[in-house]
Amino acid sequence: MASTQPAIPLTPHRRSHRRARLVLAGLVLAALAAFTWSLSAGALPVSGADLLNAITGGAGGMETDIVRTLRLPRATAAFACGGLLALAGALMQVLLRNPLADPYVLGISGGAAVGALGAILAGAASGWIDAGAFVGALGATLLVFGLAHGDGSWTQTRLLLTGVIVAAGCGAAVALMLSLAPEGRVKGMLFWLMGDASSVSQPWPALVLLLMGLVIALPFARELNLLARGEITARALGVRVGRLRALVYGLGALLTAVAVTTVGSVGFVGLIVPHLVRLAIGNDQRLLLPAATLAGGVLLCAADTAARTVVAPIQLPVGVLTALIGVPVFLFLLARHPR
Amino acid sequence: MKMDVRPPILGADRLSVEIGRHSVCRELDFTLQPGDTLVILGRNGAGKSTLLHTLAGLREPLSGAVLLSGQPYSAWPRGHEACLRGLLAQSQPDFFSATVLETALVGRHPYLGRWDWESPADEAIALEALAQMGLEGFAERQVPTLSGGERQRLAIAALLVQQPRLYLLDEPLSHLDLHHEIAVLEHFRGLAASGSGVAMVLHDINLAARYASHVLLLDGEGGHVFGPARTVLTVERLSAAFGHPLRAVMDGETSLFVPV
Repeated sequence: MASTQPAIPLTPHRRSHRRARLVLAGLVLAALAAFTWSLSAGALPVSGADLLNAITGGAGGMETDIVRTLRLPRATAAFACGGLLALAGALMQVLLRNPLADPYVLGISGGAAVGALGAILAGAASGWIDAGAFVGALGATLLVFGLAHGDGSWTQTRLLLTGVIVAAGCGAAVALMLSLAPEGRVKGMLFWLMGDASSVSQPWPALVLLLMGLVIALPFARELNLLARGEITARALGVRVGRLRALVYGLGALLTAVAVTTVGSVGFVGLIVPHLVRLAIGNDQRLLLPAATLAGGVLLCAADTAARTVVAPIQLPVGVLTALIGVPVFLFLLARHPR
Repeated sequence: MKMDVRPPILGADRLSVEIGRHSVCRELDFTLQPGDTLVILGRNGAGKSTLLHTLAGLREPLSGAVLLSGQPYSAWPRGHEACLRGLLAQSQPDFFSATVLETALVGRHPYLGRWDWESPADEAIALEALAQMGLEGFAERQVPTLSGGERQRLAIAALLVQQPRLYLLDEPLSHLDLHHEIAVLEHFRGLAASGSGVAMVLHDINLAARYASHVLLLDGEGGHVFGPARTVLTVERLSAAFGHPLRAVMDGETSLFVPV
């Protein structure tokens, strides 16, 4: 509305918001492109017409079946989990006021790994592996929260240290299980650890949770801006910091737990995507949270497609590719950005 | 003539504050009227910041009450207190980059609804506050590129953007050069003259003497002296409170306090 009135000049703030909206629109287009690529690429290439037919629900042959039953769930799971991890990472970075924080820093992925690998070691079916991962993730979350919150104080350092130590403990347990496991199960364990979207059966819980997470987080985005500027300042401006932190912690943990349960502990997305987006549009959480969510989804969806196509028929674990793509891109942007 | 029936901007009613087991003040009573400037003085660790946070409603007192415009903080609708009193914290950590304008706009938060964005009017308020703190032309700069003094003035600008009735300032002059020290104090003197209340922690006794209408002197052991600046600022009291002998040097009408 205001942008059509020439009476209001385009101030710096407005200009940066317009840029952020352009970035958001670009990310939506990128998401569409990533989905199109993910659904059409593979051992059996699917043409644009068949793809449209498959998505709109028309009857069709083998292409339609492959898109609907194999590629669509997998692409959706990858997109949703990339978004979950990026959103959780952005939340954790504000919560801990630490740019090195990621969704796993509080031991959530470690706990999930212990649960999942325990289930694999026991020879459980894939549904039980997911259950084990989820229980492990929530267990680690509650453990860290309980230990760090025990005396009622809420210092970031204490939370971070507790999380790092619990993660280290989980790492030791994982190493122990890997060394005890029979050879036939080690590869499955390693794929789980590196993150792998090939065995996803149900992508919808992740997608639903992603939307819920955004709907819950966005109303608090401006308060998160204040929290990033320090607790005293935030409280003096009327933010209920304790409640906000508990909300962010709980939400971040839940998002991460579902992502890890769905695709395993894919690294780097939750750390790098929020920073990439921050470099592009700044640190206003109202824009950063949706933009990071979209960018995380695009990255993981594209990385997963690459993981199953670049050296086909061999499938790579997607976590390896996110690191291989994410690390150089991030280093390039960091070196280029004038600070 | 009609008396001003509005309640004082800030009141302490038999207020006792402790940090750890250390007593900051016991049974403190004072009121701050529109136009008053209160300076809190005391040695390191006397609890000046703790007291200021208590007066800001961010910390529960041991006993007694803090009254903001006549009511305890708990009686104000949630979030409304941030429209009435603003706090300049001692340090402004910045872990993530932001522009100067974004940082100043933070002060508009109490006035915005959950889904609102800052309007051009909010932006005009922020730009004006930046100009008042000598930061015109800095709007698009990244905060980490600012000097310590510039950051301090930015924090003060963000507080001005909040437009409270009561300004609580924790060492507002830290990192500032002489010119900006005086400019900041003159600005708050002007705000007090137009009906605001100001309470600040300072370290410079002579600036306190020049700008305070009232002084609260903490002795570091729970004792305090409160009163008009002229009666509180004496060589004997200051020497005792700071644990270092002072003497007064007359300079025309005013006396300056110099450490011996």
